[in-house]
Amino acid sequence: MRIYVTSVFVDDQAKAERFYTQVLGFRTKLDIPLGEARWLTVVAPDDPDGTQLLLEPDGHPAARPFKEALVADGIPFTSFAVDDIEAEHRRLEGLGVRFTQPPTPMGPTTTAVFDDTCGNLIQIVQLTES
Amino acid sequence: MGDVFKALADPTRRTILDELADRDDQTLFELCSRLVMKHQLDSTRQAISQHLDVLEAAGLIEVRREGRYKFHSINRGPLEHIVDRWLDRP
Repeated sequence: MRIYVTSVFVDDQAKAERFYTQVLGFRTKLDIPLGEARWLTVVAPDDPDGTQLLLEPDGHPAARPFKEALVADGIPFTSFAVDDIEAEHRRLEGLGVRFTQPPTPMGPTTTAVFDDTCGNLIQIVQLTES
Repeated sequence: MGDVFKALADPTRRTILDELADRDDQTLFELCSRLVMKHQLDSTRQAISQHLDVLEAAGLIEVRREGRYKFHSINRGPLEHIVDRWLDRP
């Protein structure tokens, strides 16, 4: 068994595709119509055959209250690895991304948290000590 | 003033203030991360939330809502009263 896809619940798939590709820099991998929604996944540009991120509609009535409760407490829905968190923070802030936590040393890692504009907070992590 | 000393009597609450002194506007998640990653304090999120309520009631922290986010900052005002009362000499 292996993990080939993981997901975030997004409030609007078209908006999410724009943010996750044009702002974060991922690439669209699959875009398959499924009734009203799409099976829409993105991948890291330097790992196109790696784990896919599914941009999944949050239409279930339980999804939005769940997301809002996480955001109120600042809890990220998922986490991505970066090589240079300070540079990524500068780049994303320059593109207007709202951070709820700037890069902060946390033990062997440095982490930051930003708003994906689709109803989620996302953490980025740089491993600073091996 | 009594609430201030009661709030400061707990070591976890003092550590929370130490971390809030580092930077204003921290989410509950950031505070919990700091406590576990930097101080190996594995209190539950609910326990930290209750500590924050005590600190807020004592006026030692301020909670600010901005849109969907909630941020916590230290308020040094009550601590300055302590300095004024006993440490400032005429």
